[in-house]
Amino acid sequence: MLTVFLQFLFSGLTVGAVYALVAIGFNITYNATSIINLAQGEFVVIGGLMMWFFSESLKLPFFVSVALTILTAGIIGFLMERLTIKPLKNPDLLLMIMITIAVSIVLRGILMFSFGKEPYVYPAFTEGEPVNIYGAIIQQQALWVIGITGFCIVLLFFFFKKTMLGKAMLACSVHTTAAKLVGINVSRMVMFSFILSAIVGAIGGMAITPISLMEYDKGPMLAVKGFCAAIMGGIGSNRGAVLGGFLIGVLESMTAGYIHSGSKDAVALVILLVILFLKPSGLFVSKTTLDLRKF
Amino acid sequence: MLSVKEIWKSFGGLIALRNISFDVEQGHIKALIGPNGAGKTTLLNIVSGIHQPDKGEVMFSGEKIIRLGPSRIARKGISRTFQHVELFGNMTVLENIMVGRYAKTKAGFFSSGFKFPSVMREEREIQRKSEEILNYINLGHRKDEVASNLPIGEQRILEIGRALATGPRLILLDEPAAGLNIKETRDLGEIIRKIRDELKITVVLVEHDMDLVMRISDSVTVLNFGEVIAEGTPLEIQKNPEVIVAYLGEEEEMQGGYSAHP
Amino acid sequence: MKKEDFLSLLILVFFVVLLPVISGNTYTLTVGIFSGINALVAIGLCILMGYAGQVSLGQAGFYGIGAYVSSILSVHMGFPVVISTILAMGISAIAAVILAVPALRLKGHYLAVATLGFGEIIYIILNEWGPGGPSGFGDIPHFGFFGYAIDSTQGYFYLIWGIVAVIMFFSINLIQSRTGRALRAIHDSEMACNAMGLNVTAIKIKVFILSAVYASLAGSLYAHYVTFISPSSFSLFYSILVLTMVIVGGISNLWGAIIGAVVITVLPELLRKFEELDVLVYGLILTLSLMFFRKGLVPILIDKIKKLRGFAFAKR
Repeated sequence: MLTVFLQFLFSGLTVGAVYALVAIGFNITYNATSIINLAQGEFVVIGGLMMWFFSESLKLPFFVSVALTILTAGIIGFLMERLTIKPLKNPDLLLMIMITIAVSIVLRGILMFSFGKEPYVYPAFTEGEPVNIYGAIIQQQALWVIGITGFCIVLLFFFFKKTMLGKAMLACSVHTTAAKLVGINVSRMVMFSFILSAIVGAIGGMAITPISLMEYDKGPMLAVKGFCAAIMGGIGSNRGAVLGGFLIGVLESMTAGYIHSGSKDAVALVILLVILFLKPSGLFVSKTTLDLRKF
Repeated sequence: MLSVKEIWKSFGGLIALRNISFDVEQGHIKALIGPNGAGKTTLLNIVSGIHQPDKGEVMFSGEKIIRLGPSRIARKGISRTFQHVELFGNMTVLENIMVGRYAKTKAGFFSSGFKFPSVMREEREIQRKSEEILNYINLGHRKDEVASNLPIGEQRILEIGRALATGPRLILLDEPAAGLNIKETRDLGEIIRKIRDELKITVVLVEHDMDLVMRISDSVTVLNFGEVIAEGTPLEIQKNPEVIVAYLGEEEEMQGGYSAHP
Repeated sequence: MKKEDFLSLLILVFFVVLLPVISGNTYTLTVGIFSGINALVAIGLCILMGYAGQVSLGQAGFYGIGAYVSSILSVHMGFPVVISTILAMGISAIAAVILAVPALRLKGHYLAVATLGFGEIIYIILNEWGPGGPSGFGDIPHFGFFGYAIDSTQGYFYLIWGIVAVIMFFSINLIQSRTGRALRAIHDSEMACNAMGLNVTAIKIKVFILSAVYASLAGSLYAHYVTFISPSSFSLFYSILVLTMVIVGGISNLWGAIIGAVVITVLPELLRKFEELDVLVYGLILTLSLMFFRKGLVPILIDKIKKLRGFAFAKR
């Protein structure tokens, strides 16, 4: 009994970690621009598939492949912002939603064209025996996923609290005009936010692919679940995003395990609707903060 | 007819209104005055349901209204205008008024889509009534112009017309004279008085133009730092020492019929 | 109804009646039928986007419900096709309410993401639980009235475009009515709408339901025309296709939905399919039109015509 439960719990935490990274990606761009970048899921796919390309197809060493994948994702985030977000003049909310959707379709199209429709996988980061906790088997890669997520969260925390660039990005989110007045280049901060969120997504993709495989069309569902995690935690709050991500991952894995594997994908949507209905500000953010938001 | 009882409201630690109470009598023009930041607009927003108070109650014709939300309060018969004009800028002057008739009409999706005779009748009635209101506020000649193209004075009057179209018993006007020149302000004053005298609509007026306030209002409530500091007829208010103190240093607000240094 | 719309509707009917007479070949008519089916979905999405300012990424879900529910009811339960189509519309409407009530109470991206998730889930459900699973099922009966089944391509062409014309008539009336005025007003100032006693959320929810019902109707028409359906026709790709149609045609004009639907349906036929590139091609069309032709084809054409007329008057 316990063994099975733990097994579900750990696999839930593993996918939950990736949802958390997607949710954090949403938060980074949302905080800087009030845009929900619906292409966020595609960055996860890019992370997985590019990592495969560098490490398996080109047979490059592990760390080189990681660095090149991060670089690629960053460049795509950069191009996305410079080519589609920046040129928009007086965009309204509807247009901004649609443009990020449009970009996500283009990315998906490129991925499908270059990688085809089949799933990809590469070996785990470390070889070795799985860990056994009360009979539950945990692959080493799962520990990597959770560890990397934790590492990213700590790194981002220090980035926003301690570095000049991070503080400047945060300032834009609090008050764009005021940030402009103290001489922060808001447009550049928006660009950085897209690069950063792309990288965060790609890291999640790199880590999860050895466990759950990666294919070109996984993006939209990852975006829905990541968004759900972000909403659950209160959009804009990274701590909430992490909790939301893990919660959704675990609930999903429990549903798949105890109820029906096919219905696991519906869990996130049901949670999303229930939260929007009952407490749209999220579980960890007060209503007033939401009222102050532009969208 | 309207009675505001012990209203408290704070915004993130900043107390905007503390223990505000006052009554508005049927058929009166009630002015709310006070220096900038005194809480007048917040109070209007609470009465019209845009904000919820932290504590207190608003009664309209003997009915508690604060938790109803803006659109249901509007349907109860309270209509309003905004400090920063909130017209439907891309629609014509006539259409703006016609939207005001929404709550008083009922054509549904299905009947509108298939143009039932009842819908056509109702639509003609909306049009007739709206043109009547436009003529009443002397904007009949502008009816086909796009609302955002009107000069600010006419925009403010159009906003009043749109509020009238909802068939209100009480109308809240938030600084209707802001940005208006002397002639426009005089026209505005006439329209406000006309809707009270002829249409029997009670008026609550937030206004900085003391000339206008003293000329048309029946009673005045003075707010300062979120508190009521005086209440009475325009004459009483002009003589009230506390009001004078509150307004010292804000002389530019007090131009016209009232001087801060008597 | 304005004079231009009435005229356009007449032209539409004229074309529809004439096309089979001029070009009786089955291929043209088949493309015409698919254009008409897509146009129905596009009209609904156009009202939702252009007038209620919301975007749905889940129209394929309602389209799928329309197709599957009405097929299952008529194949397995022996319902008459017309009845099962109507029942499917009802179920789509209920699904729309469940999505819209939480998502539309709030501003912003919520409906977009909720519908995106909804579409994906319907797709998964059809694959897992739909009759025949991923390979779908067939022998779906044709539309019929009073025992007379419509099974000729020409008959279907007239049926579908007849429905498009009726839906167009209905939609144009609707957006020019009290409701349509309210929708335009919501675009300009939601706060003022509230103060006028408009129930902004309720109006948006109704429009979303309407768009879902249109998509459902289109789905049923599709299923009973092709008589064989499988989940792949109801994936996210279809939602995006419809979105592209509406954007290309122009979101601010209902006629844009029809023009967009015809253009986007005919285009791959002309280019002999893009094979593996289709997702990329539609993504690029969508991105580029959002960036450079934001108004869409029909409003741009109208501007051109107005200018030409202007010249003509000036010359006189």
